[in-house]
Amino acid sequence: MSKQGLLIDYEYCSGCHSCEVACRKELGLSVGEWGIKIATIGPWQHDDESWEWNHIPIPTKLCDLCADRVAQGKKPACVHHCLAFCMEYGTVEELSKKMEEKGTKVFMVLP
Amino acid sequence: MSTPWKTGTDDDFVVRTTAWSAPGCHPVGCGVKLHIKDGKLVGVEGDEESPITHGRLCVRCLALDEYLYHPDRILYPMKRAKEDRGKDKFERITWDEAFDTIVDWVTKTREKYGYQGVAVMGGTGREATLFYPVLSYAVLQTPNCGTPLSGASCYGPRCTVTNYLMGAGYPEIDHAAYFPDRYDNPEFEVPEYIIIWGKTPLESNADGFFGHAITDMMKRGTKIITVDPRVTWLGSRAEYNLQVRPGTDAALGLAMINLIIEEDLYDHEFVENWTYGFDELKERVKEYTVERAADITWIPKEKIIAATRAFAKAKNASIQWGVAVDQMSNGLQMGQTILDLAALTGNIDNPGGITLAPKASLTGKWRYETIRWVNPELVQNRIGNDVYPANRSALTNLLADPYLEALETDQPYAVRLMWINSCNPYACPGAVPERWHDAFLRMDYVIVQEAFMTPAAMGLADLLLPVSTYPERDGIVLPHFGRNSPMVGAMNKVIAIGEAKSDFEICLTLGRRLNPEAWPWETVQEFLDFQLVPNAGFTFEELREKVYHQPHYEYYKYKKGLCRADREPGFETVTGLFELRSLQFEAWGDDPLPYFMEPQYSPNSTPELYEEFPLVLTTGGRKITSFHSEHRQIPSLREIDPWPIVQINPVDAEKYGIVDGGWVGIENQFGKCRQKAEVTPTIMPGVIHACHAWWYPEQDQTEPNQGGYKKSNINMLMPHFHVGPLYVGAPYKCLLCKVYPVQGLEE
Ligand code: SF4
Ligand code: SF4
Ligand code: SF4
Repeated sequence: MSKQGLLIDYEYCSGCHSCEVACRKELGLSVGEWGIKIATIGPWQHDDESWEWNHIPIPTKLCDLCADRVAQGKKPACVHHCLAFCMEYGTVEELSKKMEEKGTKVFMVLP
Repeated sequence: MSTPWKTGTDDDFVVRTTAWSAPGCHPVGCGVKLHIKDGKLVGVEGDEESPITHGRLCVRCLALDEYLYHPDRILYPMKRAKEDRGKDKFERITWDEAFDTIVDWVTKTREKYGYQGVAVMGGTGREATLFYPVLSYAVLQTPNCGTPLSGASCYGPRCTVTNYLMGAGYPEIDHAAYFPDRYDNPEFEVPEYIIIWGKTPLESNADGFFGHAITDMMKRGTKIITVDPRVTWLGSRAEYNLQVRPGTDAALGLAMINLIIEEDLYDHEFVENWTYGFDELKERVKEYTVERAADITWIPKEKIIAATRAFAKAKNASIQWGVAVDQMSNGLQMGQTILDLAALTGNIDNPGGITLAPKASLTGKWRYETIRWVNPELVQNRIGNDVYPANRSALTNLLADPYLEALETDQPYAVRLMWINSCNPYACPGAVPERWHDAFLRMDYVIVQEAFMTPAAMGLADLLLPVSTYPERDGIVLPHFGRNSPMVGAMNKVIAIGEAKSDFEICLTLGRRLNPEAWPWETVQEFLDFQLVPNAGFTFEELREKVYHQPHYEYYKYKKGLCRADREPGFETVTGLFELRSLQFEAWGDDPLPYFMEPQYSPNSTPELYEEFPLVLTTGGRKITSFHSEHRQIPSLREIDPWPIVQINPVDAEKYGIVDGGWVGIENQFGKCRQKAEVTPTIMPGVIHACHAWWYPEQDQTEPNQGGYKKSNINMLMPHFHVGPLYVGAPYKCLLCKVYPVQGLEE
């Protein structure tokens, strides 16, 4: 079976923190423990006045890619609740294809 | 086939339901699946079958368990001797005793001071928004129903403008929410542009709009223009950010209208057939050249021109306005210009424009009709009506500023029983917080109806009534309070924690004792059926089964005779047209056309004061981790936003010695408070933005500290009674201040 991961379209990640809290509840973690956490780049302005401001959710070593939920045919809790619907779960092959389709501001993470 | 509303066994089941604070937010219509095991909530998941959210949830509903089972929740009725106000000396009582006590206090107060001796103070957004007017009118039969927000500075002004200019409910962006297949519906077209004006929809989900519908539409091609002193995250993805000096938005709107008319970018068909007053408006806006607007608003001229052209030339475009419209004394005119912009470009009731809906519906309509249970003479002579006659017809609530003065002085009459319903008056909306606190202490009786221990509950309550959260009650969720509801959702009771009751249950029990004629229903369901069956055609049980119902939406209703009561084409206004020149504003003694007025305190209106207070202060931008003063004690949410944040541009930070993360004193001629600095280029130079509604549940709740409600409360800097010409609009978003570094939160 091929490896699974998460695709993050950070063009649309609004930094809403839903992935963080949904993950905490799914894994039964306490306050202070994170299965995924947002890192933020920016905000700063380029010379052409455009803004660099990206939220990047990164899974921690506690992330098990929601094995229980996936076994029940559900999406991972972070993917399910993401307010911007900017996360996807799938095999590396599927996600690579989607990354190519999206073209920019996207990455894949294998926790 | 949709999933049944309830699946599982008697002691281990999942229920699909619709959320509405407490806890949460306004009635957005988010769908939630609650997993209950042995009477306890063990899981929360977004309902992917929700037509509004499709499974998504914000952090506030995701942390629902932390709220439901928090030790600071009020779970039982409690009483406390009047002399122990502010002390932690509550004693648990039964509901029977609580209701008996209330009847006794109401009777005594009426005997001595009349029906008007009783008053209700309500909070925003929670289900109580529908039921505190009902508590006041149909249960207590007093006209004294209001909020502590100076100048009615939230939502009401926007509804007033819409009501009189276009005779409709709340003008929301068309985000295909009426259609089960949403954005794929063949009739819908995504807006080419959306102007987000004075709002942070992604963080606030305010008024009844699921904010991330914006990102949904951006993925489908929508481009964004923001009007905001800050570049928000959404702004970082926008095509244009018009960073406006707070309080000057009307000048921008007027100049945009001028440019659209001058360059002939307006929709001739709409203007000729469906508007009234175009020529006068055209004359008026000539004063507002783009150069003049640039000067007033601090927005570069080129940006105003480019953004206006992009918006006006778009095939379809929408505008979403926020509470900024309500929080300045020039707000009605700002609102006028925004609706005019939509009308001039024909973006009303068209696919991907602004949706048109009736002024009120269902419980949202009924709540105001219950005013008939109050003696009409008392209603006519309501506090403040003599000075602001517009209030007789436009606003259904009491005016906060004269209300406060009446509580302080017993003029024009004495109020002695105060019922605070889901409101945190001096830790949250009230300008002059200390005056409100002291005024409440003058009451003979204070009843506080709350879900959590708050400064008002600890500081004032002689009687404390526990309010249920949404998993603990049956009800319906109406986005936009029935003023433009793309769906009706069932709120299903799944658990009982303590003895909390819903606002409606409290009204029903007490109403049947104090004013039985108005309360013919025996149960909550009977009442819901009374609302739903004649208006929507189904019972509550039927709604429960389907969970959500979406009514049909018809575009271009104004052309088809679907807006007016007489079924003629046009709008439900005096002229039958969209009023670019408002006859109603004129009748009230204000200018019928939009105009610009400087904020009361600003670099231009008070230059000497500006020397002492060299920064423009704007407040109240939302964070997703709280609903105003709600949620400050929820661990997972407080962890994300632990402190109140004041945003300041690096240029100003350097000038005033402020460092990122350091504590800042914020001060003006009215007062001061402390917040933590976020030094960021996203706020325009010369302006700072401070968070609102901060208090510290982890601190001592008793007097005199009361959760430290004064320490970071930005309303310590707000003035009393600085309102617009028709009363509405106080300068919560546009004052002056200075900043300086301080050591920490404590003095
Ligand atoms: S996949 Fe599951 S475990 Fe991993 S970050 Fe997302 S929610 Fe957490
Ligand atoms: S839930 Fe989605 S949008 Fe929100 S922070 Fe996480 S990845 Fe970003
Ligand atoms: S916006 Fe957030 S708090 Fe409000 S109902 Fe939806 S998920 Fe709950």
